Amino acid sequence: MSNVLNLTSVEKSFGGLKVIDNVSFNVKKGSRTALIGPNGAGKTTIFNLLSGIYEVDSGNISLDNNDITQIPARKRINIGMSRSFQNIRLMPHLSTIENVMLGQHHLANSARENFFPLGLIKTNKWAKLAEQSLIEAGLDTYPGQVVSELPYGVQKRIEVVRALVSNPKLLLLDEPAAGLNSTETKELQILLEKASSSGTTLLVVEHDMNFVRNLCQHVVVLNFGRKIFEGTPDEVSRDPQVLEAYLGGNDNNAS
Amino acid sequence: MSAYMTGIIIILCLNIIIAYSVFLPAAAGQLNLGAAGFMIIGAYTDAYLSSADEGLGLPIALTIPVAALFTGLVGFLMSFPILRTRGVYMILATFAFAEIVAGIVLNMEIVGGASGFPVTTHTELEVLLPVTVVVVLFGFYLISTRFGLSMRSIHDDENVSLLFGVNTHLVKVGAFTIGAFLGGLAGALYGHQFDYIEVQNWGILFSIYVLLYVLIGGTQTPWGPLVGAMFFTFIPEILRAIGDATGIELFTELRFAAFGVIIVGMMVLRPEGIMTRTFLELLFRKSIPKSNIKLS
Ligand SMILES: Nc1ncnc2c1ncn2[C@@H]1O[C@H](COP(=O)(O)OP(=O)(O)O)[C@@H](O)[C@H]1O
Ligand SMILES: [Mg+2]
Repeated sequence: MSNVLNLTSVEKSFGGLKVIDNVSFNVKKGSRTALIGPNGAGKTTIFNLLSGIYEVDSGNISLDNNDITQIPARKRINIGMSRSFQNIRLMPHLSTIENVMLGQHHLANSARENFFPLGLIKTNKWAKLAEQSLIEAGLDTYPGQVVSELPYGVQKRIEVVRALVSNPKLLLLDEPAAGLNSTETKELQILLEKASSSGTTLLVVEHDMNFVRNLCQHVVVLNFGRKIFEGTPDEVSRDPQVLEAYLGGNDNNAS
Repeated sequence: MSAYMTGIIIILCLNIIIAYSVFLPAAAGQLNLGAAGFMIIGAYTDAYLSSADEGLGLPIALTIPVAALFTGLVGFLMSFPILRTRGVYMILATFAFAEIVAGIVLNMEIVGGASGFPVTTHTELEVLLPVTVVVVLFGFYLISTRFGLSMRSIHDDENVSLLFGVNTHLVKVGAFTIGAFLGGLAGALYGHQFDYIEVQNWGILFSIYVLLYVLIGGTQTPWGPLVGAMFFTFIPEILRAIGDATGIELFTELRFAAFGVIIVGMMVLRPEGIMTRTFLELLFRKSIPKSNIKLS
């Protein structure tokens, strides 16, 4: 199986503090890979480097064997990468359906599409697609409702749908199950398995090890900005270095 | 229709157009305190091109669109420095822009300097009213498009909009430019209603009022500027009418103070404006499932 993503010796410092230190790993095409590690390990920073919010100090990132290190953040969705955020970053004043339509933006970015009155002619194909995606995700939420009024667990999953409708090759999810109850977590897992079976590669940051074990075949472990281990979920939970990172030395919790 | 009513409707129409001029950038997160500057450019460009005596005497079917387009062009060029600023700094930058425009025009002898400039072609509501209707419809149309969706996304979270492929810079420049165009249009139309223009009409107070219409009307939906402009046009008149009818001094003498109290009250009670998304949902769609409303 070929790789969809390669990180080669990636480094990033903030104000002299090395936050990502010589990190290399690959994500296999079609896989469901987890990126785990204690708080402050650098997981979100890796996502910010992947999505182009930050530039790497050194090293390379490639997607489908093309070096994307220099591609600006706005163009990375065009080449097949989209993401969700650790802290919900939906547009609070937009409705559910409008938030999902933002996820379609790069597929509809022609002059004609940009000036079609989506909101006046409600039976347009984009609204239908968005509604369909929400139904498939089990979010039969009132589609015209402003998202800031919806429960946390629903918002969290709308973010996943928004990222999914951009048809990414690689979907980056930053703690998608955090704050979800067990039913919502189950529904999220079904949604992600569906996306995975239709060919989307998943890279998931998650603290909930049960969720990771159920969803992912491969796990990369970070600690203090360094990759300390990678392997199957079972290998990870047996590895002494990983146990040490979570339980010993530092006082981060291992939820 | 009485002359009084016609006068009110003229002011209402001009207020609505200038409100959309500030609303469209505001919907994309830009706070514009430069409405006066765009009014001045539009009014003077149109007046110079159309006036028979001191100007070029061109027909208004040409001069009004040209004045609006020219103001749009100025807005486009100004958007590059202004959009580098944010929040309160953008308010100051747009205010400074309007002051510079006023300063330049006051010193242009060709358009009368401080003594103003006569506008020789008079129109009644036959021009202003249809144009106002078109501007309102355009506001609703633009917000309903994907471009409008991009504007509102940028308002909420510019960085995330960028990550979803929105050309945030282009959209912001577009919103600012369209706002300038509408401001120029309002200025051009003003001259043909009142037959005389002078820079002193459009000072800081004017820009503050327009920004207030928009914020009190609400920036989330295209209903906002319409309701805001109506609110600001009718409430002072209603206060005056109550004062005349009752003879209570509070309403006659102090109606601007009373109006100020109402404005502060609105800002406290409806900090996101009168016409919010949620309010519209309640008005037009009765059936929000209870289970979807967060209880906390
Ligand atoms: N923009 C930034 N400026 C300075 N320090 C940062 C920045 N972003 C992240 N960091 C630091 O990088 C480290 C890793 O953070 P993060 O990637 O958020 O960890 P994780 O997601 O694994 O919990 C932390 O020490 C954090 O304070
Ligand atoms: Mg994180």
